Amino acid sequence: MTAVTPAPPSTVVRPAPAGAVPPNRPAGRSRLRTLAGFAFGAALLFAVAPLVLSDFRLALLAKYLCVAMVAVGIGIAWGRGGMLTLGQGVFFGLGGYAMAMHLKLADAGPGGMPDFMQLYGQLDELPLWWRPFASPWFALPATVLLPMAVAFGLGSLVFRRRVRGAYFAILSQALAAAMVILLIGQQGTTGGTNGLTDITGFFGYDLDDPVNQRMVYFIIAGTLLALLALTRQLIHSRYGELLVAVRDGEERVRFLGYDPASVKLVAYVVAAGMAGLAGALFVPAVGIISPALIGIVPSIEFVIGVAVGGRATLLGPVLGAVAVAWARTALSERFPGTWTYLQGLLFVVVVAFLPGGLASLWALARRRDVAAQPLRRGWLSLGRRRAERTEVPAA
Amino acid sequence: MSLFRGRRILAGAMTLVAAAAMTACGSKTTDEGGATGVTADVSGDTVKVGLLNSLSGTMAISEVTVRDSIMLAVDEINAAGGVLGKKIQPVGEDGASDWPTFAEKAEKLISEDRVAAVFGCWTSASRKAVKPVFEKNKALLFYPVQYEGLEQSPYIFYTGATTNQQIVPGLDYLKSQGVKSVYLVGSDYVFPRTANKIIKAYATANGMTVLGEDYAPLGSTEFGTIVNKVKSSGADAVFNTLNGDSNVAFFKEYKSAGLSAAAMPVVSVSIAEEEVKGIGTQYLEGQLTAWNYYQTTPGAANSKFVAAYKAKYGADKPTSDPMEAAYVGVHLWKAMVEKAGAFDVEKVRSASDGITFDAPEGLVTVDGKTQHIAKTARIGKIGADGLITEVWNSGKPVAPDPYLKTYPWASGLS
Repeated sequence: MTAVTPAPPSTVVRPAPAGAVPPNRPAGRSRLRTLAGFAFGAALLFAVAPLVLSDFRLALLAKYLCVAMVAVGIGIAWGRGGMLTLGQGVFFGLGGYAMAMHLKLADAGPGGMPDFMQLYGQLDELPLWWRPFASPWFALPATVLLPMAVAFGLGSLVFRRRVRGAYFAILSQALAAAMVILLIGQQGTTGGTNGLTDITGFFGYDLDDPVNQRMVYFIIAGTLLALLALTRQLIHSRYGELLVAVRDGEERVRFLGYDPASVKLVAYVVAAGMAGLAGALFVPAVGIISPALIGIVPSIEFVIGVAVGGRATLLGPVLGAVAVAWARTALSERFPGTWTYLQGLLFVVVVAFLPGGLASLWALARRRDVAAQPLRRGWLSLGRRRAERTEVPAA
Repeated sequence: MSLFRGRRILAGAMTLVAAAAMTACGSKTTDEGGATGVTADVSGDTVKVGLLNSLSGTMAISEVTVRDSIMLAVDEINAAGGVLGKKIQPVGEDGASDWPTFAEKAEKLISEDRVAAVFGCWTSASRKAVKPVFEKNKALLFYPVQYEGLEQSPYIFYTGATTNQQIVPGLDYLKSQGVKSVYLVGSDYVFPRTANKIIKAYATANGMTVLGEDYAPLGSTEFGTIVNKVKSSGADAVFNTLNGDSNVAFFKEYKSAGLSAAAMPVVSVSIAEEEVKGIGTQYLEGQLTAWNYYQTTPGAANSKFVAAYKAKYGADKPTSDPMEAAYVGVHLWKAMVEKAGAFDVEKVRSASDGITFDAPEGLVTVDGKTQHIAKTARIGKIGADGLITEVWNSGKPVAPDPYLKTYPWASGLS
């Protein structure tokens, strides 16, 4: 990290004010390229995909894009912030359950009870703590704010006590395991292992209708693009620089007068919010949220997608998450008996030969092409140079 | 890069979303009709059916045997000329022991492969995950495993036992043996929790005491505490709804705590021949199970089934209740289609009532109203050779009653 502009600690966690010139400001050409990239992404997601893909494949793409949203958050927390979070499933689940419970309650109608509560809970009325979720004005913000609040609480405790590296990873994973046990144990009020299924409506729209499924896809695609724009802002802000500095030399940053705990906390909370939003949108797209989606294994799968794509880049996590999810579907459809071996092989190949992830493939090709010219900062390799200069230490 | 620029990008994205959403407004939940469903592709000289089982993950060990059994039935039907003159072409998918994957693969089988019916699923959670998919597409699922009841989807045929064909007979048997108190041990998921609710209601009505109820997480192998509690409770019998690997640890602990089948018998509802092999007969000898079929069930149909299975997959492979139910499911579907004279789902459903099949477990009859089948309940004792021999049966097939409506003590359950 060459140019962390010294700033008074009070401004540390605030994003740079509008108009301020952050360090390593991208050149004007690059800004154009960024816009072009967004336009290209939007065209791909909004025009090409709906035209080319069948309803079924489009619904699958919607599911992949939700996973990609979680990946964007992990990209910030792990790729930029060095926090290997193996428990993003918790936040994904909080968002998902908040949304699913609202939709279940909406399906049941005013004063109604979700089917599973009558079956397994033998409850006569809705438990107090589910009641606010009947209102969309509570449930919708809660899908994002609830995971963020949990992340804030946990992060404040953990980062202040300087828990990091493997200890942080283990802690985050234990949280995922605990959440699953809690959900399964409370079968009467959470649906247990079954989770919440059989969701038929989405704010009055019938989810069985392919047209409405398409609408859900568009919402998801739009949200992902918005999150990417937000992330780009974040990692190019003064805060983004500081985050990388904390990743690469926490003690040094502390001695420069910053508080690394708050810097990490912001990244962790943002990543949790993104995971929550992804979980909330996953529910109408897939129609189910269950403990199987938020435990240790799916939490690790989120991270694998990010690692395959390239964790320190902007687009890497998205590409990785979509590629891994797509490969999973494609391989398991073609080779239902042996696909797990092929998937494992794929991970080994990527980790062994492309430690920078799929995103580094692009950079590699460009380096060959324009070997003589100095490296330019491109759409895909956003932030890559910085990442390159400061090789990511083992988390 | 200024924030200002970022806002413009954001605004652009938002406008796109809004525009897309406005052009894409479909039917409301309040609209009549809605989805019409997908029709199966039966134009060729073959008809596709879907096989949806976990071939990877924790459930694979059990579900692969079900897949094998379905394939056996498909081969038999094809060798005999197929269904309505069309050969069955199986399309396999891996549910990967993951419920949302089950839903995804079900959707794929229905809308991409356009299969006429799907056979598979094991856990209740996977069935609950695919149920909306089948109902939305108006497609058929044949579910082969005993389950917790309290369900009746118009697009699912349940060929395994519901509670009144397995758990209730199991309790009746214990009562007839003079058992006055039971201890409940189960894995922590939907089937054991629901089953234990039913058992507690039964116990209250029949003067039995439930001395304790414990759940272990799926896959847990730590049973020291639970077995100690079971031992000190002094119950007459244990009702075991543990699933999978946990049984190995439980029965080992049970034996080392000095408990035996003679002193405190355990009735298990998820241990079949396949599992007995994995747990080890030295731990299980003399313990009881409740099912509808055992490899040792007498009858020509079963001898034929066991011989055909062993010929195809190996002499050391046992046959079990879920495998048999899956095998029966394929044959019942064939009979329904032939009675209906078409693969059309609604026609098949309305033709289903009264369809019979001379199954390995004995004659089974489809009840068109509940879409379950009448099955004979059997209590078995595990022998030293790993096979289960029947000690009691219900004498005749028990009519399915998924909501336990004919049992006064169960009135508060559904």
